[in-house]
Amino acid sequence: MDFPMFHLDWLNDRFLIAIIAILHVFINHGLAVGFIPYIVWLERKGVKMASSNQITDTQWDDIVYRKMKIAFIITTSIGAMTGVGIWFSAALISPTSIGSLIRVFYWAWFIEWLVFVTEVVLILIYFLTWKSSNKSLKSKLRHINFGWFLAIFSWITMAIIVAILGFMMDPGNWNTDQNLLNGFTNPIYLPQLLFRTPVAMLVAGIFGMLLTSIMVSRKHQHRESLLRHAGQWVLTMIPFAVLGAIYYWKVMPAAMKANMSTAVGTIEFAQYYDLLRYFIIGACSTALVVGILAVVKASKIKTVYVFVACLGVFGFLGIFERVREFIRKPYIIGGYMYSNLLRVEDYPLYQRDGILKYATYSAIETITEENKLIAGKEVFMNTCSRCHTTQGVNGITQVFERMYGINKPFEANAMKVYIQNMHSARTYMPPFPGNEEELDALVAYIKNLQITGETLEGVQGSGIAISPHNNAKKVAESRMPSNSTQAPSLSQK
Amino acid sequence: MLLQITTPVPKDIPLALPLPEWLGVSLLIISFLLHIVFIHLMVGGSILTFWAQIRGLKDGRFDVLAHEIAKTITVNKSLAVVLGVAPLLSINTLYTVYFYSANALTGFVWIMIIPLVTIAFLLTYLHKYSWNSMKRTKRIHISIIGAATLIFLFIPTIFLTNVNLMMFPEKWGLVKGYLSALALPNVFPRYLEFLAGCISITGVFLVAYNSRKNYPFDEIYQGEFSREEVKRIGYYFAVLGFAAQILFGLLVVFTLPPKGITFELIGLMLSAGFSLMAALWWSYQSLRIVTLRGDTHLKKIIISVVVFLVFYGGSRQLYRHNALHKHQQLMAEHTASFNELSKKAREEAKLNQVKKQDESANNPFAAGEAVFQQNCSACHQLDQKIVGPPIKEMVSIYSGNEAALKQWIKAPGKKRPDYPQMPGFAQLSDQELQDLSQYILSFK
Ligand code: HEC
Ligand code: HEC
Repeated sequence: MDFPMFHLDWLNDRFLIAIIAILHVFINHGLAVGFIPYIVWLERKGVKMASSNQITDTQWDDIVYRKMKIAFIITTSIGAMTGVGIWFSAALISPTSIGSLIRVFYWAWFIEWLVFVTEVVLILIYFLTWKSSNKSLKSKLRHINFGWFLAIFSWITMAIIVAILGFMMDPGNWNTDQNLLNGFTNPIYLPQLLFRTPVAMLVAGIFGMLLTSIMVSRKHQHRESLLRHAGQWVLTMIPFAVLGAIYYWKVMPAAMKANMSTAVGTIEFAQYYDLLRYFIIGACSTALVVGILAVVKASKIKTVYVFVACLGVFGFLGIFERVREFIRKPYIIGGYMYSNLLRVEDYPLYQRDGILKYATYSAIETITEENKLIAGKEVFMNTCSRCHTTQGVNGITQVFERMYGINKPFEANAMKVYIQNMHSARTYMPPFPGNEEELDALVAYIKNLQITGETLEGVQGSGIAISPHNNAKKVAESRMPSNSTQAPSLSQK
Repeated sequence: MLLQITTPVPKDIPLALPLPEWLGVSLLIISFLLHIVFIHLMVGGSILTFWAQIRGLKDGRFDVLAHEIAKTITVNKSLAVVLGVAPLLSINTLYTVYFYSANALTGFVWIMIIPLVTIAFLLTYLHKYSWNSMKRTKRIHISIIGAATLIFLFIPTIFLTNVNLMMFPEKWGLVKGYLSALALPNVFPRYLEFLAGCISITGVFLVAYNSRKNYPFDEIYQGEFSREEVKRIGYYFAVLGFAAQILFGLLVVFTLPPKGITFELIGLMLSAGFSLMAALWWSYQSLRIVTLRGDTHLKKIIISVVVFLVFYGGSRQLYRHNALHKHQQLMAEHTASFNELSKKAREEAKLNQVKKQDESANNPFAAGEAVFQQNCSACHQLDQKIVGPPIKEMVSIYSGNEAALKQWIKAPGKKRPDYPQMPGFAQLSDQELQDLSQYILSFK
């Protein structure tokens, strides 16, 4: 509407955000929030294990340091950049929603930034002074305390971000209050936090075990002890992770109901919901088996086993993110803005006058036979393109062909009826916002896509057209009082 | 110039700014300056490392110097990234529409920032941690920092293109991707000025870094370099950088599009230029007297740089303000009138709904129709195949057999081979099911 539309016509726009975000969550949870306390705990063990004339067990300390080095390098490069990347990609693909969220959450994000700066400074200090702190017991203990501080700060960054994520799913009372505290009081906040905290620890423990099994040779005197410690850590976290997951899982349907009123959505959701249960059971029991094995018979641990458990817990975390994403649909900000970036409250206007009239980057003055396909393309861009491509992932021709049969020419009337009712048929899709003529044009465009196999380029390649209704001249003219008080008479028949 | 049909006027996000504008602008400038200093050090540090390591091929002392600078890059880059979040947040808030529009128009390259910078960061780590293990393959080792430096040199062009493009909505219609936005006047002069800044600020940093009392200089350089010699290198780059900055700064002034230029702006830019001249003068003096163990000018240089940065940040913001405020007014009016229209349409729709409800009060099948509209209408219509068969066909099958119809709705089977599977509706209440079936079977 008000932003030029970036669009990836093969990969799918949502996919871009999803890849970056999932990578970030894995790194943030597994290598920062959960990993730091794990490392500090091991570092302290090293001091405890040391013989009385040593500050720390040097060999042990060196392995722990090398694990931290890996986490340090990854979190300060891939971790940091994917964090920025979520923002970049979301701003490209959903500028209206991220722009709105920032207005609400500016101070939350600002505080988040302060915490984040502190976190990075602490991680730099913690990692870069590791070796030099081994000179005296006093400085080693201070170093360990730094580690605990760092752990707390990484947790706080997560606690703030979860408020924003929770908010997007269910803004609670925000639609009436518009207050940022709603993010923290919304019903999903606490369950998410209680889920993410132990799961991060669990992922970190498994990941730590994986690193040990890869980095430390079988002959090394500390290998088994390190594996056993990781096993203990994992076993301690599993009950909390299970409880957190069940709690979160239990409150999900209520959150979902707020978004999905109708039946079909419920069915789709139920399938995911069932799947989640298996993931909880599957991932946690694999972790449990590997954890017990590590504690009871660490010599039997092989890298493959840990790798499988690692994939399991990543999948566990990933599927919860996927469902969270799913529950949110058709909204991008619950109850306020649909995933097509149109605000719910503007719908009556769009449905009456059409959307193109209000789209800043539509070249269409009025829809005619000649410009119908172009108009259709613009309608598609403004109403479907955030979730559908033309021919690629979740391609529009493909989803229609799945309904009507492969390579059968589309039937315009059937498509029209479907699109008009698509929200009740598939609740994860927002209602169609345009008017009759636009629906006509959209259908003609999609039919044309099927025949020609044409694709759709985003503004990053094709540039923009400027609306005859929304340019500087037009807006300045409508300043005259006689114009501005008159409602447009387009379709008030 | 603004009253053009080629200047788009979007609507703003219709939510109030979360903070007073002056505060947002102040936070933007301050946090941006913090960020840009570390960016300068990151880019300048990589360039200097690259240079020193190449000289180090012939003269071993420079290899040690390169290693010392390289160690600072990874720290400076971490700080540069975190410190970048706040100005990003602030510019997103204050200039949402302008910034995001520029991002989208250069979208492909804009998002490439993420993988490219990640790669560059990993390269700097690789370079730093393989210093000893790649002793024998120096040239390959040097090409690692070379690759990172190239990326670091490329990324600023993307940011500059964006912050430049955002100020010219009247140009948005002409832009097709990053390259055409890069070609707008003023991007290159600003880029050159930035590069010169990287050199000068890193030069000053090198002096300060090597002036620290607790820095174990002799342990590191084993007497091959004296502190004075290394500091001279720093001053040398500072002089070079400041001089180039002044030159390119003039170029920036002359290529600025006139729409945002005012006397205040010229005043700010001149003050920035004078601060640079002061820094240049003192750096030049230091270059001459550093052998006499004099660092008397370092503080003055740093202060002039800070003063310069303040004027520089201020003039950037002032130009942006001047360039955009007319357009912002138009946008605000456009947003307000749109919201008014939307509100009217909302009220009208409410009235229509009430009317409809009144009408349906007399309709005995209203409840069933509502259930149908909500759950079935996407796939079924009266006498036309949509996804599933038309209502007429249902009636022909189930007329007089309401129980079987209900059964199908709850748990549909699979009948027609060329149709997809119909979803089941087990969750409908008995009453809803009753109303629904009666409604369907009312179409005789
Ligand atoms: C919120 C994102 C979203 C938006 C916006 C959206 N869709 Fe969809 N649509 C989906 C998803 C997700 C699917 C399911 C794909 C699948 O099951 O593989 C889907 C499926 C479909 C299907 C197949 C439905 C079926 O029953 O199999 C059609 C047809 C369709 N969309 C058309 C459209 C059209 C036309 C628009 C624009 C007017 C649109 N969609 C907008 C997300 C969206
Ligand atoms: C997603 C699309 C879809 C929705 C929504 C849907 N149906 Fe169907 N319906 C179908 C399809 C496809 C068939 C054909 C199934 C077959 O023959 O295997 C069908 C067939 C039927 C039939 C014919 C059964 C027969 O014995 O031949 C009836 C009756 C019916 N639907 C009723 C309903 C009712 C009532 C609703 C709403 C509660 C509904 N449908 C919602 C797709 C849908």
